[in-house]
Amino acid sequence: MRRGWFLPIAATLGFAFLYAPIVSLVVFSFNESDLVTVWSGFSTKWYGKVLADPQILGAAWLSAQIAFCAASIALVLGTLCAVALVRFRKFRGRTLLAGTVSAPLVMPDVITGLSLLLLFVAMEAIIGWPSGRGLLTIIIAHSTFCMAYVVVVVQSRLRDLDMSLEEAAMDLGATPVRVFFDITLPIIAPALVSGWLLAFTLSLDDLVIASFVSGPGSSTLPMVIFSKVKLGVSPDVNALATIIIGFVALGVAIATIVQLRAHPKRAKA
Amino acid sequence: MSTFDAHSPPPPRPRAWSGVERALAAVGLSGKALVIAAPAIWLTIFFLVPLAVVFGISLTMKQFGRPPYTPLLTNEDGTVQLTLHLNNYLRLFSDSLYVAAYLSSIKIALISTAITLLIGYPMAYAIARAPDRWRNILLMLVILPFWTSFLLRVYALSGFMRGNGVINQFLGLFGIPPLVMMQTDFAVYVGIVYTYLPFMILPLYTNLVKLDGALLEASADLGARPVRTFLSITLPLSRPGIIAGCMLVFIPAIGEFVIPALLGGPSTLMIGRVLWDEFFANTNWPRAAAVAIAMLIVVVVPIMLLQRAQDAEQDKERGN
Repeated sequence: MRRGWFLPIAATLGFAFLYAPIVSLVVFSFNESDLVTVWSGFSTKWYGKVLADPQILGAAWLSAQIAFCAASIALVLGTLCAVALVRFRKFRGRTLLAGTVSAPLVMPDVITGLSLLLLFVAMEAIIGWPSGRGLLTIIIAHSTFCMAYVVVVVQSRLRDLDMSLEEAAMDLGATPVRVFFDITLPIIAPALVSGWLLAFTLSLDDLVIASFVSGPGSSTLPMVIFSKVKLGVSPDVNALATIIIGFVALGVAIATIVQLRAHPKRAKA
Repeated sequence: MSTFDAHSPPPPRPRAWSGVERALAAVGLSGKALVIAAPAIWLTIFFLVPLAVVFGISLTMKQFGRPPYTPLLTNEDGTVQLTLHLNNYLRLFSDSLYVAAYLSSIKIALISTAITLLIGYPMAYAIARAPDRWRNILLMLVILPFWTSFLLRVYALSGFMRGNGVINQFLGLFGIPPLVMMQTDFAVYVGIVYTYLPFMILPLYTNLVKLDGALLEASADLGARPVRTFLSITLPLSRPGIIAGCMLVFIPAIGEFVIPALLGGPSTLMIGRVLWDEFFANTNWPRAAAVAIAMLIVVVVPIMLLQRAQDAEQDKERGN
């Protein structure tokens, strides 16, 4: 087939559009000047400032705790849900479950956030739990929307999975629970790793939902960044952003290597 | 393709899980029921019920106190009374602010979806047609921004488009006076296209990579020009990918808050921002709930379209 010039040029421009702003953000995080966009010399002083800011460090620690718990809950529930949807072909409410689990993927954040907050307030008024809002309510909210992403990742791996292995184990007398833990789980492990990592980063990134369901004193990292950014572009936010982007790039690299090792022939991501 | 060697016997393992099974059976629960029930109960409590709560509270009125809305059910001398207020919904139609915000959200979401499609389609196609060793790297380059913080990408873009930002400094080299880009609707369009581009590219790529090259060759052999081949073969076959990609951009764009808040100006009306202000600035929870329900009505049809497009893709895969 003849290869035209249009596609390569369009793709190059598209990638430039995707990356230019991020590259410029990273470059200017090493700028010495207070003026974010005027280059005046190399410096790492903004990194020092970020790492000495107790508000940022506190928020980062809170966000990391939330992301760890939310990703773990989402992983367990999401995996169960994916197994139910892929392995149990027919049960009552299957369509409802499939629709409900994928809806949070596209639901506008403001609706998810508002609805969960109103639920927590109503529950507190009726049964006295959860008392107040903070760490726990953010973890619950994040688990719910992260679960949808875990389901997508695990589901696609389960679909590709050769069922004859599981059937063989069953024929040899293994119980379903044993088959799951001894056969299925090791095979889908790479998908579980990437599902957990995806959930972790999504939780770490969420601003809108956390703003609704957090309480006084529980400001997550995105909430702190948002309040700084609203005041304008500042070089220490650039440094903080570079640190976060670095972490994410590392995580994605690890996830990719895990997946490539798992099935080198069909590495899709 | 599996990582297991079919010929070697399975390694002996202690029956660590048999206790779990016996315990479950003792209380009369099958593993299957539990597997379904755990996520189903969680989703019911934390996803379906909240939507019902939003609807309920949208039918109350704001009041001072905790919680800041009038109760739906009141108990007066033993008779339970249900009080519903429709004021919030009436205000949505009578107050021009809400109507304008809705129309403007839909307009902004539609136009940005179209632009994202125009930019994303050639990129997805280029990746799908790229040589094998390039394809994974290019795909990775699309996925990486998707993993990178949404908020930080919007922030990066704002640094790029500011009055003294990179673009204007570049234009300044050619003596072009700085353009005002920030705090305009233009910035909001760029912001949505920029942040949602990966959502458009990935489903399109998944679709286009499965396109049978033989069809294109046959078309070329029969004398069709590349444009004709594209319009009569590639484009119709990629319809599910186009629908999925467009819906993945359009639906969240309708309710977008961060982009209009950081890139848009005071005149940029979007419904997500209106909801946010009703809730946080005016603490009018019932009004915010009514705005949410109205927004939900706008996105419900696109969500169903998306579901259908994805089901169609899956059915095709099973059929193969």
